[in-house]
Amino acid sequence: MTRSVRLLLGALLLGFILSAQAAQLSVGQLMTALAGNRHGAASFTEKKYLAILDQPVESSGELLFIPPARLEKRTLKPKAETLVLDGDVLTIERRRQTHVLQLRDYPEVAGMIESIRATLAGDRKALERVYHLDLQGSSERWTLVLIPLDAKVGKVVARIRMVGTQDEVHTVEILQADGDRSVMSIQKTASP
Amino acid sequence: MSRRGGVAIALWLAFLLACIGLVSRASFTADLSAFLPSSPSPEQQLLVDQLKSGIASRLILIGIEGGDQAARTRASRDLAARLRADPRFLHVANGETQELERDRRVLLENRYLLSPAVTAERFSAAGLHDGVADSIDLLASSAGMFSKALLPRDPTGEFMQLLDALANQPRPQMADGVWVSHDGRRALLLARTRADGADTDGQEQAVAAIRTAFRAVAGPGLQLVLTGPGPFSVAARATIKGEVATLSGLGGLIIIALLVLVYRSPTALLLGLLPVLSGALAGVAAVSLGFGVIHGVTLGFGTALMGEAIDYSIYLMLQSEPRQDGTGEPQGHWLACFWPTIRIGVLTSVFGFASLLFSGFPGLAQLGLYAIAGVVTAALITRFVLPHLLPAQLRLRDVSALGRRLQARVAQAGRLRGPLLALFVAACAVLVIQRDGMWNRELAALSPVSAADQALDASMRADLGAPDVRYLVVVTAASQEAALAASERAAALLQPLVAAGVIDGFESPAFYLPSQASQRQRQASLPADAELRRRLQAAMADLPLRADRLEPFLADVAKARSRRPLTRQDLEGTSLAEGVDALLLPSAGGWTALLPLRTGAGSVLDPARVRTALAGSGSAGVNFIDIKGEADRLYQGYLREAILLSLTGLAAIVCLLFVTTRSPVRVFRILAPLVVAVAVVIAGLVLAGRQLTLLHLVGMLLVVAVGSNYALFFDRGAAEGGISPRTLASLLLATSTTVVGFGILAFSSVPVLNAIGATVGPGAILALVFSAILARRP
Repeated sequence: MTRSVRLLLGALLLGFILSAQAAQLSVGQLMTALAGNRHGAASFTEKKYLAILDQPVESSGELLFIPPARLEKRTLKPKAETLVLDGDVLTIERRRQTHVLQLRDYPEVAGMIESIRATLAGDRKALERVYHLDLQGSSERWTLVLIPLDAKVGKVVARIRMVGTQDEVHTVEILQADGDRSVMSIQKTASP
Repeated sequence: MSRRGGVAIALWLAFLLACIGLVSRASFTADLSAFLPSSPSPEQQLLVDQLKSGIASRLILIGIEGGDQAARTRASRDLAARLRADPRFLHVANGETQELERDRRVLLENRYLLSPAVTAERFSAAGLHDGVADSIDLLASSAGMFSKALLPRDPTGEFMQLLDALANQPRPQMADGVWVSHDGRRALLLARTRADGADTDGQEQAVAAIRTAFRAVAGPGLQLVLTGPGPFSVAARATIKGEVATLSGLGGLIIIALLVLVYRSPTALLLGLLPVLSGALAGVAAVSLGFGVIHGVTLGFGTALMGEAIDYSIYLMLQSEPRQDGTGEPQGHWLACFWPTIRIGVLTSVFGFASLLFSGFPGLAQLGLYAIAGVVTAALITRFVLPHLLPAQLRLRDVSALGRRLQARVAQAGRLRGPLLALFVAACAVLVIQRDGMWNRELAALSPVSAADQALDASMRADLGAPDVRYLVVVTAASQEAALAASERAAALLQPLVAAGVIDGFESPAFYLPSQASQRQRQASLPADAELRRRLQAAMADLPLRADRLEPFLADVAKARSRRPLTRQDLEGTSLAEGVDALLLPSAGGWTALLPLRTGAGSVLDPARVRTALAGSGSAGVNFIDIKGEADRLYQGYLREAILLSLTGLAAIVCLLFVTTRSPVRVFRILAPLVVAVAVVIAGLVLAGRQLTLLHLVGMLLVVAVGSNYALFFDRGAAEGGISPRTLASLLLATSTTVVGFGILAFSSVPVLNAIGATVGPGAILALVFSAILARRP
């Protein structure tokens, strides 16, 4: 192969990538990219703005996602707490107490948690069962807005907004039906 | 027929009628009553109560196997739904969240009465501050989504604490919302029956209801497995019933076939069976009179008795010389020559069985009474009635030829003395080497439940978490309220054990329904409205929550202060009510509260530590029991007693022989073959890997009691210068029937019967052979 042909091929390839970046990202493309994630560890900081409190409350810790169905949220501050979602079972460990909940018993909570897990897993079907999906932006910076379809979930969650780059989610903002809001920022740590 | 004969027959018929009358009104059982002490100590009474009607006795463990996970889950849900609608079950659990809404409402509304955390300190300004700060931290956490809505009503998080306390119990593994085994291949359910564990009929109905419901809901390929005290006692009863019928029938047929083969006369066969049937009838009648109910195991033992009691008529038939003339008492020669020997044999048997009569183990005492009544009746009928019924021209097959062949064998048998001695030494060596491991010291050894079923039960229990209630604190009190109050005091004494890690935790009915006194005390620790407002203002000064948002809290506290304390009725329809009902039961003369202790899987608790902890003041009516330990102690008591009784029985037999023979040498000659037979049989069982139970011990005594009959004939034969061919033939037939009667029990899966059969069956034949080998040569 001659040098010029290789250059030409390189230029074509580059052009293709550039055009893809500039173009509207489709839900399918985003989901495919997200689904390609191996398991990922990240640290998070979550701020909750609650009407009942005069100041926001802040918590931080680690997130671990093991595809396809296991999501661990280890809160370190202000109080240690571990939340593990595995399949349909939600386990909360707090003050040396362990609570095991069946997601099917708490449909509103299930909807909220499922939104994060299904997004991380790139599980479009699971997301579209509960939410209407609206994606804006390019793969460099996309914003996915989830609006609950289910009335039960809608009683709790008004809207979930996720912002990310390529296959990474940076921010999850949950606006609750009562006006309370939480914002979780996620920083990816070194993959294992 | 002579006048004496007529009187004897009339008396016999009257006796039979009386027995039939008694037997027709007798009641039969096959439950665990045969294994429980007849006059229990207070600790044993607790055990007996628990085994009969305790928390564990009503539990049925249900497993659904086969098919795929979806099919098992569906079957679990459908089965649970059907059983929940069935009044025979108090409670059915399969992991589905039931009554969740009602539970939450009752817990929430009554949180200030139910929560042990409600104290005066908690409602001080400092206590309120800490409580609210904790709740704000909770808002920040993931669990905050559950607690946010409640914050204005419950800023101190009492509701969450209550949920924590109630949920802090081991939970079985779940799949698709229902309980499953650890490997996920079996869906699990737990049912509590309305019927007591000891109510085998009620349990049988419950088991049948589960099976019927399962058939209605199960898809193809699914199987149902049931364990627990109820299903086990139902199965045991069916096994005992079935085996008693088949084994007795089979044993009877074999014995009859043997008799037909030897007698070749239907008349002789029928007449020969009369004493046995009379004896069996008398035995059942005697047990019915003495115990009120007859256990299935006792009836099973009847087969063995048949083989033993038929011996007397065999002796009469085969040993009688053909009558030469029509004068004198019938069979006068037999009565003069053989009856004395048989009489001693009957007496040794009776002495052997009589020792069982004094056992505190009702099963054994029944066997003893049954056997004594049966043997004595059979012997008396043979002696006083049968001779009058035998027709003068009764033609039996002449067994002299067989007898002579046997005689030749016996003559040579003396050469085997050396090998027999070696065998005896070897058997003794086996017993000495194995002496530590050969006894089974657990009551479970007598349980008719197969090892496979026990293992299945253990694995389902492990999968389900804690319901294997081994350690239990039992609180008895005069009233429900007193029992709850005493449970709370006991709980306070147990708490340090949890902190020290001696126990993992415990349950108490007072967790679900605190005593009225505790509820009033909690109400008293709630401040009045104005005071609470004042304290709240102080407590919230540096918190990001404004006190004026907590009006719902103030309203709830005010309501709780004036509330009537909760009673059991207020909990109706909640899982709290189920908790109370399972652990708080009316008992004779009062109420019993049960506090099951949780320990780590397989760990053994030091009962002394628990007893010491509970020995504090105010612990009257509070008892700790280790159910398995108590049951094993009970069994060990039976075992010790059986050893003592067996030795007493043996001593009585030796005395009897000594009194009748007046010769230590003859007593030795009679007993030697029996002792060797016992040693060889037991060594054989030990070598075959059997663990010995107290029934084997009883079997050994019976080998001596039964085998002595044969040894006595050899002894008498030796005294007369040789045992006659007829006598030898009769002994061989008599031993054969005994071996069949007892030996057939060795095929029983009921441990009580199996142990006796496996010991006495081989023991009887060895007693005969060894008697022949060791007989004094003329």
